[in-house]
Amino acid sequence: MVRALKRVGETLRKRWGLGAVRYTVILIVALLAYGLVLLIAGKDPIKAYVDTFTFTFGSAYGFSELLVRMTPLLLTAVAVALPSRLGLINVGGEGQLYMGAWLATWGAITFVSLPQAAFIPLLILLGFVGGGTWAAIAGFFRARGWVNETITTLLMNYVAPLIVGFFIYGAWRSRVPGASAFPQSATFPPAARLPRFFGTRVHLGLVLALVALGIFWFMLERTKWGLKMRAIGGNPEAARRLGMRLGLYFVVVMFIAGGIAGLAGMAEVSGLHWRLSAGFSPGYGFVGFLISWLSGGSAIGIVTMSFVLAIVFAGGSLLQITQGVPFAAVNVLMALILFAVLIRPRLVRRKA
Amino acid sequence: MTWSLVLGIVSGTIMYGAPLLYATLGEVVGQRAGMVNLGLEGILLVGASVGLAASVVTGSPWAGIAAAGIAGCLFNLVYAFLVVSRKANQLASGLALMFLGTGLSAMIGKAYIGRGITGLARYQVPGISSLPGITRTMFSYDLLVYLAAPVAVVVWWLIFRTRWGLGLRAVGESPSAAFAAGRRVSWAEYQAAMFCGLMSGIAGAHLSVALARTWTEGMTGGRGFIAVALVIFSKWHPLRAIVGALVFGGAVTVGLQLQASGSTISPFVLNMIPYVLTLGILLIWGGARRLVAPAALGRVYFGEE
Repeated sequence: MVRALKRVGETLRKRWGLGAVRYTVILIVALLAYGLVLLIAGKDPIKAYVDTFTFTFGSAYGFSELLVRMTPLLLTAVAVALPSRLGLINVGGEGQLYMGAWLATWGAITFVSLPQAAFIPLLILLGFVGGGTWAAIAGFFRARGWVNETITTLLMNYVAPLIVGFFIYGAWRSRVPGASAFPQSATFPPAARLPRFFGTRVHLGLVLALVALGIFWFMLERTKWGLKMRAIGGNPEAARRLGMRLGLYFVVVMFIAGGIAGLAGMAEVSGLHWRLSAGFSPGYGFVGFLISWLSGGSAIGIVTMSFVLAIVFAGGSLLQITQGVPFAAVNVLMALILFAVLIRPRLVRRKA
Repeated sequence: MTWSLVLGIVSGTIMYGAPLLYATLGEVVGQRAGMVNLGLEGILLVGASVGLAASVVTGSPWAGIAAAGIAGCLFNLVYAFLVVSRKANQLASGLALMFLGTGLSAMIGKAYIGRGITGLARYQVPGISSLPGITRTMFSYDLLVYLAAPVAVVVWWLIFRTRWGLGLRAVGESPSAAFAAGRRVSWAEYQAAMFCGLMSGIAGAHLSVALARTWTEGMTGGRGFIAVALVIFSKWHPLRAIVGALVFGGAVTVGLQLQASGSTISPFVLNMIPYVLTLGILLIWGGARRLVAPAALGRVYFGEE
């Protein structure tokens, strides 16, 4: 028992001691650079940072909103980190998220009269299958050696929102009198909404995300599948000669990864918005890639970076309201964080 | 399908293929030097926003195109610095560039949303108006469209018929061999990246200044990624890139023409055509890529340290 605790402590120190310094330096550099960008654009960076800080940490509500933002980020990051162990690069989280939300919405507006106890598992299943199938297509192409998964998942990101658009401008468009003129699906029945906690907007999706993260960690670190996946990622040719069925791994792992991204989409529509609308995701799928890459695929890193990126997003919304900076400007900050890592100054260099 | 619809599709195919050809040519040169740049999407966005902004400010669309070319060139230097000088991962660097381009272009373009411009002057293909069914707007292109195919030939000549191109290809196939032969690997890579940025900047500006004649956030809609896919299809060959760009231009135009002619097919389905077609092309022709891809594509070269 004591030895086990010691080992955990050691792992934490090894993984985390230097990591904390590294992440902090990266963030400070990126924040300074972004402040400069804001200054050049004629905005007030200090006010922006103070506003963001006081909003997110100044009140319980603001902090709970961070957890709301964090939910899809955790899931889309796992959706990238899992296949990366196999050496697969899944840049299609955005499309998979849309397809998960799409199939979950179909369930929510079709089986209107289900009780909640049956509805929630159904939605989870549909969200998973929607995103998973979308990603498995790319995994299948890769498994057959037809085309690389990076470019297929990237291109499929642009198809999924069009499928969603096709339905919400067409068959699923809500025509309730007095409904918003903005094209969107009908509102989900109350039984199809994920439960929320403590009177905030934090919903069951956060629990799902943490469970997914826990399973992700356990699978990779404590089971033979995790070991096999690392073997394939390390040397696919050797793994193949040892008799592992690479193609099967590619398809199944992409299905699971896409399913997890699909859960993010399902949680957004059924936990937060209660309806499907166009452009409900401000690029969560792409940010998931960023988080997974920055955290090196470690579970603790994913939680930390998701939290940081949630603050970035919250700051982006604030900045849009208070200083008229377009929301897309958060992309600049995300790029700067990535640059700070990629430039690899000696202080923050990670062992390759 | 009526005759005028056919003419409209052919005419539009060339029009919408042109900007994609510029971007694809830029990426061909970059990948010939061993660099996969997924940041093309970001460069296109920066080119589009800078191009439109400079056109409005100076009143001259050509100044806009030039400014966008320079901006794209400088912008891609960020990528080159990461990949060449700091030996960073190409994929992550490209996506970082995409993030930066998305954000910066939104900030640059914000003041110009809804500001229409006159755009580049268009000239009809000489003598074509005598053909039956040709209206004044058909086959009427700006100079950049006319120049697209000749530029592809020039790029082909540069890559395959000059010492510069030989060095470029050597760097892409085997940086250590190129270095041993006395080539300056980093300098060649920087040159390729700057050329890629220049072409993509122009491509982005062509979208905003000549085609849309306005700026909307995220207006490139994944064309950068499609260009990367077309490079695979074109087997890293500039002249085959013309075919790829025309296929894409055709897919865009068929959708637009069918919508304009009152088709009952949903515009969402029509808008999917270019992406699905690009995926289909990759599936059919992507398999043989290992035979022709530059051998050092995507690899980090540490040799000179």
